[in-house]
Formats: sequence, structure tokens, C-alpha cells
Amino acid sequence: MSKVRVLVGTKKGAFILTADGKREQWNVSGPHFAGWEMYHLKGSPVEPERIYASQTSGWFGQQIQRSNDGGKTWEPVGNAFQYDGTPGTHQWYDGTQHPWEFKRIWHLEPSLTDPDTVYAGAEDAALFKTTDAGKTWLELPGLRGAKGHLWQPGAGGMGLHTIILDPVDPRRIFVAISAAGVFRSDDGGTTWRATNRGLKSAYEIPDPNAEVGHCVHRIAMHPSRPKVLYMQKHWDVMRSDDAGEMWYEVSGNLPTDFGFPIDVHAHEPETIYVVPIKSDSEHFPPDGKLRVYRSRTGGNEWEALTKGLPQQHCYVNVLRDAMAVDSLDSCGVYFGTTGGQVYASSDSGDTWEAIVRDLPAVLSVEVQTLP
Amino acid sequence: MIRVVLPYHLRTLASVEEEVQLSVQPPVTLRAVLDSLEATYPALRGTIRDHGTMQRRPFVRFFADKTDLSHESPDTLLPDVVINGAEPLLIIGAMAGG
Repeated sequence: MSKVRVLVGTKKGAFILTADGKREQWNVSGPHFAGWEMYHLKGSPVEPERIYASQTSGWFGQQIQRSNDGGKTWEPVGNAFQYDGTPGTHQWYDGTQHPWEFKRIWHLEPSLTDPDTVYAGAEDAALFKTTDAGKTWLELPGLRGAKGHLWQPGAGGMGLHTIILDPVDPRRIFVAISAAGVFRSDDGGTTWRATNRGLKSAYEIPDPNAEVGHCVHRIAMHPSRPKVLYMQKHWDVMRSDDAGEMWYEVSGNLPTDFGFPIDVHAHEPETIYVVPIKSDSEHFPPDGKLRVYRSRTGGNEWEALTKGLPQQHCYVNVLRDAMAVDSLDSCGVYFGTTGGQVYASSDSGDTWEAIVRDLPAVLSVEVQTLP
Repeated sequence: MIRVVLPYHLRTLASVEEEVQLSVQPPVTLRAVLDSLEATYPALRGTIRDHGTMQRRPFVRFFADKTDLSHESPDTLLPDVVINGAEPLLIIGAMAGG
């Protein structure tokens, strides 16, 4: 029988939850790396026992941990993230230029074909790559050449939070950066260009044609249709049908189109999920009701999913990297909250249950579907 | 041998006890001790000093013989009580966070 393994990064350690394909009984392991901020854990698609983890601390900096046995044991690997050449500067809050400074790794994206190759998204925003299983990391500096001097951090930091590797064209990579936007490479990461046409950020960017500066919170793709991208922007849920050349809004009947995560059903490329949050001033669900919204039409028409989720006095947030889907026949959907719950649905979102609660604030959730 | 006491999170990271002992060739400076520490426990690279600049990380402090050495030049000789092993060099995560 198939199994699932849920990798949960929190503000104070990592947790690993496992269950069989029924997803009814969960075993919780952890905390791993207790006391450290675990921004993200992700397994190799081609060698699932190989898992990489980003471990950070305001005191002791960045570590990358690697497991070769599904998270039972770990070893620290390379943690030297040096910007290529002279780091240069980016826009600062007061309009002056500010030097690039490495702070942490927000997101790790293992290669679709090689377990030793991993991409890492950094704050201050940059893309790094290892081809030796994490021992050494080199920046792909062409990304910061895409008008990097105009990027400016938002309140949450200037982090590169999303990396999507095209499963059909191995040369194509998408990344998204908080308060900078979406960028695409068609040559394996050497050169990049901004792909933000159609995004409107009237209250943040006066220039309606601004190429960069859009506060993209998350993008998602279904592997069967790599040219279709979905986006949760700061405000607005967006969609592109041409690999980011043009975006259009699909917020439709959502109660609010502010939020952080967005994900796609494993078997239905037009079924997508978001978690509406009241506003950028009040980072909690509207009316104290935690509701996942599902569209089966690729956007615009949304239904609230509430069974098993708290419908009163709920004031948690769901962060951008804290939602994932498994690929079992009945698609599982998972998300973690800043209140320390991880909710799971084994029926595509119809019903939910907390598979663990009272963890530290959840930063990230990933799921591995195992044979 | 030079004795070095590590903060909790660095002990778990390097899989060592609270105190480690290092062989350091004279002159026994802070730089020489940290070089030896990182060579012996590579997982500690970048955790005490920045990878690129080799500057002390902001919330890491150095104490020995009841003295704060955090702002001393890394090439200053450590106190005799550290060099002769009577006292450890303390590496401390600063109290911070409110």
C-alpha cells in the first residue's frame, strides 16, 4: 500500500508525519533540530529517501541538512552561500541603494532528475544551485541581472520563495520573489527576464507597466500543463496560460483575494486551492472562520471548504510555503497554520482533520507520496 | 590543550559535549582557536564567523577570564589562563529577542 510522508518546517524545529494510504492514523516524529527555524524541507522526486532541509538561526546563521534515510538521520552539508562576484546593491526603503546581504534560505527545490542537484532560494533574493548534494553552492547570478537594482524588500523580507522546474522543458525555470515578482529562465538559469505583465499593484506601484516590484506570494503549476501558472499575489489571485507572458485575474467570488499559498490538485489541472486571509493589515481568516477555497474551473468560481476546519474564533495565518498535495488516487491536500496545526484532507478538500496540532508556528509543508 | 565551551545549539550541530578541547599552535589568538575549531568541526563554519568576511556574527560573543573579548582584535593573544588550560574560552549566543 502507498504511504505519505509530510515534512513540516516550523519556527522551532521540523516534524515528520507518516501514514499509510488511508491517511487516518498518523505517526509524528520530531522535533528535529529543536529550537531552530526550519524554513523548508523537501525530498528528491527521484530518490525520496533523500531529503534536504533549510535550518536557520538569527544567532548562528544558515545550515543545510541532508538525510539519506527519509528523515531518520541527518548530516549538515555546505552552508556557504556567497553571492557571485561583487554582490552589488538593490533598492532600499528610502529609495537609496543597499548592498545585497545573505540572510537565509527560504526554499529548497530538488531537481526532477538528479538527487544531487538542488536549487535554493535566498533572502536577500538570489538563486543558488548545488550539484554535489549540498556540499557546495553557487549562485546563478543572471537572475539578479533582471533589474535586481530595482527590487526592494517588503515587510517580510526580500526572499526568493518559489522555484518551479518545468517537467517538460528542463531548461525552463520559474522563480518568484517577494515584492519583486515572477522571473523565467529558458536556458537552465543562465539568463532571466521578468514575467509580470498583467499584474496590477495599484496601491504599491504607481507605474501600471512596472516590470518588477510586484508582491507575488506564491505560484503553482500542474506538471501536465507547464504553461499554465496560478498565482496568489499580495492582493489578487492570478492565472497565466502562456508560461507567464501575460497574467489575468481569477479572484472571482472569493471573500477576499489576499492570501499566501496556492496549489493545484494532483490529478485535476483546473482544480486549485487558496486560503483567503482578511487583508494585509489583518493576517487572519475573515470572520474568524478558517476556510480553504477550491475552484474546479481554474479560477473565478470558488467554493468554501469548511468541514473539519474551525468556523469560529480562528485567527491563524497560513504561510506561502505551507500547503501541499499528495498524488494518491484520492488527492490529499495539506496545510499548516501559524497556530501550529497541520490540517489534511484525503478527499480533495471535501473534509478536513488536524493530523497534528499545537506545534510551533508552521512555516512550510511538503508531502511525499511513497510506494 | 585549549578548552572551548560552546552554546547549546552549536553543541547539537557539531554533535559534541558542552566543552571541546583543541590543540592550537602558538600564538594562541582568537583567530587561531576559531580556525582550529572549524577545522575540527566543519559544521561550525559560518555559525560563529561569517563565511565571507570572517567577522563575528552579531549575536555571538566571546568571554574568557571574566572578560568580554567580543570586540578585541582576533589577532590579540588570549589570556594566559586560556592558553594554559585553566579556563575555557566561552562562545555564547547573546541574550537577544526581548
